[in-house]
Amino acid sequence: MKTKLTLLTSGIALCAASAALANDDLMSIMDDPTQWAIQTGDYANQRYSELDQITAENVGELQVAWTFSTGVLRGHEGSPLVVDDTMFVHAPFPNTVFALDLANEGKIKWKYEPKQDPNVIPVMCCDTVYRGVAYADGKIFLHQADTTVVALDSETGEVVWEVENGDPSKGETNTATVLPVKDKVIVGISGGEFGVRGHVTAYNMETGEQEWRAYSMGPDEEMLVDPENTTHLGEPIGADSSLNTWEGDQWTIGGGTTWGWYSYDPEADLIYYGTGNPSTWNPAQRPGDNRWSMTIMARDPDDGMAKWFYQMTPHDEWDYDGVNEMILTDQEIDGEERKLLTHFDRNGLAYVMDRVSGELISADKYDPVVNWTTGVDMDPESETYGRPEVVAEYSTEQNGEDVNTTGVCPSALGTKDQQPASYSPKSETFYVPTNHVCMDYEPFRVAYTAGQPYVGATLSMYPAPDSHGGMGNFIAWDNINGEIKWSIPEQFSVWSGALATAGDVVFYGTLEGYLKAVDAETGDELYRFKTPSGIIGNVMTYEHDGKQYVGILSGVGGWAGIGLAAGLTNPNEGLGAVGGYAALSDYTALGGQLTVFALPD
Amino acid sequence: MTRYATLLAAAAATAATFAAGALSAADVSMDDPNIAAAYEDGGRYFTEDDIPTFNVQEDGTVDWPTFSGFRRYHAECHVCHGPDGEGSTYAPALKNSAVEMDYYDFVDVVVNGRQKVGAAENSVMPAFGTNPNVMCYLDDIYTYLKAHGSGAIGRGRPASKEAKSDTFAENEDACMG
Repeated sequence: MKTKLTLLTSGIALCAASAALANDDLMSIMDDPTQWAIQTGDYANQRYSELDQITAENVGELQVAWTFSTGVLRGHEGSPLVVDDTMFVHAPFPNTVFALDLANEGKIKWKYEPKQDPNVIPVMCCDTVYRGVAYADGKIFLHQADTTVVALDSETGEVVWEVENGDPSKGETNTATVLPVKDKVIVGISGGEFGVRGHVTAYNMETGEQEWRAYSMGPDEEMLVDPENTTHLGEPIGADSSLNTWEGDQWTIGGGTTWGWYSYDPEADLIYYGTGNPSTWNPAQRPGDNRWSMTIMARDPDDGMAKWFYQMTPHDEWDYDGVNEMILTDQEIDGEERKLLTHFDRNGLAYVMDRVSGELISADKYDPVVNWTTGVDMDPESETYGRPEVVAEYSTEQNGEDVNTTGVCPSALGTKDQQPASYSPKSETFYVPTNHVCMDYEPFRVAYTAGQPYVGATLSMYPAPDSHGGMGNFIAWDNINGEIKWSIPEQFSVWSGALATAGDVVFYGTLEGYLKAVDAETGDELYRFKTPSGIIGNVMTYEHDGKQYVGILSGVGGWAGIGLAAGLTNPNEGLGAVGGYAALSDYTALGGQLTVFALPD
Repeated sequence: MTRYATLLAAAAATAATFAAGALSAADVSMDDPNIAAAYEDGGRYFTEDDIPTFNVQEDGTVDWPTFSGFRRYHAECHVCHGPDGEGSTYAPALKNSAVEMDYYDFVDVVVNGRQKVGAAENSVMPAFGTNPNVMCYLDDIYTYLKAHGSGAIGRGRPASKEAKSDTFAENEDACMG
């Protein structure tokens, strides 16, 4: 009896230890700059590498070291991973995964291609993009377009477990990567344009068993909130905080999907992410603040319980999803060391928050053309504390249904979409890929049918008027002072995730297909190379056999590929300007390729 | 019999278009029997073969259904087929399809969907047959695309439009429920 008891106890101890170890193992890989284990590089989402072999002085000598085709010709978002001697490369639908042996000239160790019903393709809002796999605990986590989450043995590619996270016949799909935290895998869901009610779900890393699910809206118990202890700007959210802000049961098809990026602060033990637009795009059909769409959320990864929320755009009228990445930094403000969360929202405001308490520190426009708001009320005593002041002229709600509201900046693409920014602790600067596009927006009544688009607005987009004529900028941003340090005008939206390195170089891709390297201090261009197709992927770096490499996926598509393929026109500038703007199809064509760069030997 | 004749005529028109080579707005004549408006009924225009078509006045004013089609296209279709039916990186330019394809084939693809899935292609058109936001406005979307594809209207929002007819409003309310 005693022996049995001992065995049992040690069994429990062993289990607990292996779960903790899995996390320690992943954290040590993330701390090792020669590897790139998750899409964001690290839990803080800084997309910064300590590698400094490639520098501002020598990056001009960069050369293509090798290339790899994924065999798929659709939009390629995300990036490859490198763990030890293996690179993991993913593709959009059908979501193929390759393991390449870096010690053996990139020979394919294994390939996994799931079988998915092609009917999922047209219920993905904007191309069949996928922002990539994640590594933890000897497994590669794949979240397919049809919402199947798969754990693959990273050595063999064999399926360890598989689970369905959603139902594509209702428009539930996936484009996001997962976040491995402790002994769990955190996953989101897409489908805000199909009336999907968003949620975040945690699955057990070892077994695939569902541990918890937190909806973005609905009854308190389904959102995993504590009305007394979950806060919004320092105040308890109270009971029925979501239901009180919707008319009838619109919340059941209310959107707030969770298709963006996830960060984690191991010290605070909180995960961070944002929720998407409320549906439909016709604000008149959903009176109220539509909580908790458009919200930054901080949750306990163990049980999903919410610690704090901040709703950036109450009652959205422009499709300004709040899903962009939350970048975690430790910086000094007014002589005080602060634990910060910086978020470049689609709505054109860069928010800085205290990531532990949820206090709003600042909200500044990171593109001067942003005009739908005059700014956020920063007075804690005010009744409208934390709310953006909406400019009536650009309010599609106030102008009403069947009225075309013109000249709204930014467009629904946002001043930035999911394409992630980078932060260099060395320069204390954020490097942000942005859109420089405005829009006309006319909302009208729509009917809901499960699995069918549920949009309810017609939009025209065009380059920001009275500016440089291009549709994007790549900017360096000072989050403490809320200022642009420098800005590089780009002909097209910058739809590629940036990478900053200790070599004082910042990399990003362009929709024409260029990989560009710029000086971290000045923004001066140091290198460019035109890859086979437009870039909507994110730049990553790794080291192998003592040599630093930079990798980028090409493959034009995504929302950018839809809107810009044939070029944009400004209906407000008269006939003379029609067709006057660049068409992406004049510069690049479909592709699906990884290009890896290095310095000459 | 009438239906048969209509189909034949439409097929002939399609063949003529292909024979003319690659489609450009300049190749499309407004006198084309698949395009020319023969009569109006309740604010909507039809060819002599009873196929919905557009009516653009000299000052650029479009008929209401064509304007309605512009709005509905940009809510339901443009997320794949791009602004103004110009096509995207992966989905065809519908402004051409509306001119090149037979009307009944066009309707069939919208209602029932279509799949082209292979090694190098993952092209899937969903079935919109159960979606009132598409089905109640299908002829509007068709005539809008035909108007733009034939060059009768340019890109962007039509600057002026005829008023919504009572017939149109009644049908719309009945269809949308």
